[in-house]
Amino acid sequence: MATDPNRRSAFQGGAAGDEHMSASMFNYIGTPASRVDGRAKVIGAAKYAGEFKFPHLAYASIVESEIARGRVAGIDASKALAIDGVIDVLTHENRPKMADSDQAYMDEVAPGGSPFRPLYDDKIKFSRQPLALVVAEDEDIARFAASLVRIEYAPEPSATDLKERFGAAFSLADDAFALTPAKPRGDAQSAFDAAPVRHAADYYIPIEHHNPIELYASTVSWDDGKITVFDKTQGVQNVQRQVVGVFEMNPEDVRVISPFVGGAFGSGLRPQYQVLLAVMAAKHLRRSVRLVLTRAEMYTLNYRPGTIERVSLGAKGDGTLVSTMHEAIAMTSQDEDFARKDTIWSGALYRSPNAKYTHKLTRLDLPTPGDMRAPGAASGVYALECAMDELAVSLKMDPLELRLINYSDRDQNADIPYTSKALRACYRQGAEAFGWSRRNPEPRSMRDGKQLVGWGMATGVWEALQAKFAVKVTLAANGTAEVSSGTSDIGTGTYTIMTQLAADMLGLPLEAVSVTLGDSTLPQTMVEGGSWTAASVSIAIGEACDAIRSELLALAQKMPGSPVAGMPPEQVVLRGGNIVSKQDASRAVPIAEVMRHGHVDRIAQEKSSDFIHDEKYARNTHTAVFAEVRVDEELGIVRVTRVVNAVAAGRIINAKTARSQVMGGVIWGIGMALHEATHIDHRYGRIMNANIAEYLVPVNADVQSVEVIFVDEPDEIINPLGIKGVGEIGIVGVAAAIANAVYHATGKRVRDLPITLDKLL
Amino acid sequence: MINFGYARPTDVAEAIRLLAGSPGAKLIAGGTNLVDLMKYNVERPSRLIDITGLPMDKVEETAAGGLRIGALVPNSDLAYHPLIVERYPIVASAILAGASAQLRNMASTGGNLLQRTRCAYFYDTATPCNKRAPGSGCSAIEGLNRMNAILGTSNSCIAVHPSDMCVALIALDATVHVAGPQGARAIPFSEFHRLPGDTPERDTNLDPNEIITAIELPPKGFPGNYTYIKIRDRMSYAFALVSVAAAIELDGDIIVEARLALGGVAHKPWRDTAAEAELSGQKQGHEVFRRAAEVLLRHANGFQHNAFKIELARRCIVRALRQAAAGTPQLQSDKTIQ
Repeated sequence: MATDPNRRSAFQGGAAGDEHMSASMFNYIGTPASRVDGRAKVIGAAKYAGEFKFPHLAYASIVESEIARGRVAGIDASKALAIDGVIDVLTHENRPKMADSDQAYMDEVAPGGSPFRPLYDDKIKFSRQPLALVVAEDEDIARFAASLVRIEYAPEPSATDLKERFGAAFSLADDAFALTPAKPRGDAQSAFDAAPVRHAADYYIPIEHHNPIELYASTVSWDDGKITVFDKTQGVQNVQRQVVGVFEMNPEDVRVISPFVGGAFGSGLRPQYQVLLAVMAAKHLRRSVRLVLTRAEMYTLNYRPGTIERVSLGAKGDGTLVSTMHEAIAMTSQDEDFARKDTIWSGALYRSPNAKYTHKLTRLDLPTPGDMRAPGAASGVYALECAMDELAVSLKMDPLELRLINYSDRDQNADIPYTSKALRACYRQGAEAFGWSRRNPEPRSMRDGKQLVGWGMATGVWEALQAKFAVKVTLAANGTAEVSSGTSDIGTGTYTIMTQLAADMLGLPLEAVSVTLGDSTLPQTMVEGGSWTAASVSIAIGEACDAIRSELLALAQKMPGSPVAGMPPEQVVLRGGNIVSKQDASRAVPIAEVMRHGHVDRIAQEKSSDFIHDEKYARNTHTAVFAEVRVDEELGIVRVTRVVNAVAAGRIINAKTARSQVMGGVIWGIGMALHEATHIDHRYGRIMNANIAEYLVPVNADVQSVEVIFVDEPDEIINPLGIKGVGEIGIVGVAAAIANAVYHATGKRVRDLPITLDKLL
Repeated sequence: MINFGYARPTDVAEAIRLLAGSPGAKLIAGGTNLVDLMKYNVERPSRLIDITGLPMDKVEETAAGGLRIGALVPNSDLAYHPLIVERYPIVASAILAGASAQLRNMASTGGNLLQRTRCAYFYDTATPCNKRAPGSGCSAIEGLNRMNAILGTSNSCIAVHPSDMCVALIALDATVHVAGPQGARAIPFSEFHRLPGDTPERDTNLDPNEIITAIELPPKGFPGNYTYIKIRDRMSYAFALVSVAAAIELDGDIIVEARLALGGVAHKPWRDTAAEAELSGQKQGHEVFRRAAEVLLRHANGFQHNAFKIELARRCIVRALRQAAAGTPQLQSDKTIQ
């Protein structure tokens, strides 16, 4: 079923030409409903991948590489095998058969290249790479025995430093998922050279790791050749297909379940190697196996790539941009070409007749980077929005004014309109809430005792994506409904918004709707990510409930003296347990009665959000971020005392979970600005802060006032309910707003993140 | 994690006997550091001697007018003990600047002294480290050394001692009471921890079979003019880049006596009596504070990633002395340095 994105319609009987669906239609959509899974999580009833237990469960532990590149010259597992309780030690030499084509290891979000294969051969591609897997009767025995396995190495020189290797960067060839840089327009270099006011600088973002609190884990339940895998993932079906492919199994013999996910942030989009290792051990031993990664091993999965972002902006004296150039130099692994669109935002966001983008990659002896909250945008927009601030300083212009002068109602890269864009309202409402008009533009001019006070702002932008998601809705005669889909709730509130959507679409109370997710046998969906889940499930739920309504109407119309006789589906709605005329509420039939009369217990419909992704409109969310910092002038200590994030993201389904999403993004932005960095000792090619004590993220004391504003942004084009998604947008621009505030406070421009106190001394 | 034996003695003599009789044995109290190190395979004790049953958990007043703190008194209990809060608030402040409430609940007073360094190389058995594997080399000297020492370093080690509490204790001239096979002895706090020299594997002058039984505080606690400032890379739950304990006795504007100790800068809590001498007898003020800082840091030597600590320490000392002199100590509940 295709949804025409241009139709002015909505669910529950909306038809072409109808008024935009009014909020009064809904009891739950738009309200701050509490999480439906909140209680289960608080009391510990929600089970995570590493908590499932089965009879005769064996436990696995990884032996990690101590070097970053080379070969395994020998493995001596005799000491480990001698330990009581050790069942076996798997290596590339004795593992069960695995597929030998890259295709089998690919997944739906894999970049181009050759995916990593655990325990495949003797090659070492990164430090802490798994080289052996110890399986034992007990978790502690497995871990102890793993420490006794001796590896002999044939080391080769390794390279892990982007700053040292960026000269070797190559331009990215076409890569379907990397969304290569947009086409250039005009002659950006000449326009820049001729511009009266110019700013060009390099900005640096270090490697950052996701650090979800839940460790990556897979528990494989073995049942005579069939397996059920409890896995921490953002896509059970993506994992299921990889396991089937790598171990050449029958699809019906592999089921993957992931009911709850304790944070992922993109790190679980691709199947992680621990699931292959756990399945490998289960197949080898023909018994159930669990593997939980250590925190240090989590640093070998994926990460936000370190990037050097070169931004050049040329403007006329009145602030009008004439040239925008953005070059990103990022890192990837030796075998895969991971890249995201860091650069395109620069020429999309602001009017500029000339624009040029370059994206280069350099290969390092590290695992392949991956998607981390607003991949590409978090890094690229950080650079762009700091550069805009620097340009405003050169122009002696208010930075907000500069953004308004160059405001664009069309996507500049594709020269197409937006489905909706309420960024102007974000600027206005954000500035108002923050008190921006009281800002003294002079750096170091605002002071509070020993503290220098700085105010900075930035724009944020992300895509409003939609993906193919199938959802099944089953309405029962007893007035309850079940909603099921293969997608995951990674902590964002998907269970809750799906409950709200189905309750309103079927006219049921919230408590009458139950949602089941995270099972590969449920309706097929794309991985959970990209902020596309809310919009995608809303379309599928709406279509399924529309189909149920039509089916109910047909049954109701067969009843003798039916009060809804002759009505077309768009003239009736489901409300309060009835099927009822929109025009005349007295013309209603109880749904239970309709189903009884029609001799049906349940009506089930599965629909897929298979929409038309035309190129006529740009689909984006936007923010205006305002930040206040206080800097101890003597000691260089920065505190972020206030952040206002005004968000335009279409219709907000749940004001509470959406606010939490954006607040989490803001806090992560504080971390990106002030704390986060993965430190590699390049002599050893090894991450030296692979733990959450030394990899710093903000603690409570680092976070003060965070205000989230959702501006009204009706969107009748993007999808029937005008939903855009809020998962990523909250972080974009936050680090730039803070960096700009630090400049305003101190007069010092720090372009290398994080802004630690030594850079301000 | 490794397999290990376990014993739980009920008196100090038995604990010493067990320790002396089990090669490779380690004492465990709160376990807040030892268990981590065992998980990382840095410590591989043959046997754990759990001393939490020993009668060393009291805070008692001494005949001399000081305080004797049992080695097993939890950090939290000590920080909120009325006599500490009233007479030695610098100790309470330093404790509360460290770790988290949960860790402070578990950690013992004696164990706090015996924390190992948090140098990343010490924790990673895949890298050389003279403290963990004597003779293997120091990775930090030319490596990631932001958190490492600027004072008292050697060519074999630039690790720092991570404790906050110890910085206050050395400033107060505390005494460490220990018991061993040869009997009991008292070690002045300034002689308890060692500089790395050629034997960085030895953190302290405690003999292998000795147990810390108590910490004794002298009567003088500087409850009026003191502060503890801790500078770190986030506002809480991070080890110090630099910390300063400052305590002074004033007669009007004249400094009668001063104590000045630093954390996060050396292999031991760093106290320098020459810097203190620079202050005593002087009129309090920015210039004299600055001079004391210069004296304290006269031999400081930075490395690639931590040279900034020298200037940071200089400014921090001045700030701390200013707070102490003004009688406005840093509140650990308010993370903004006042």
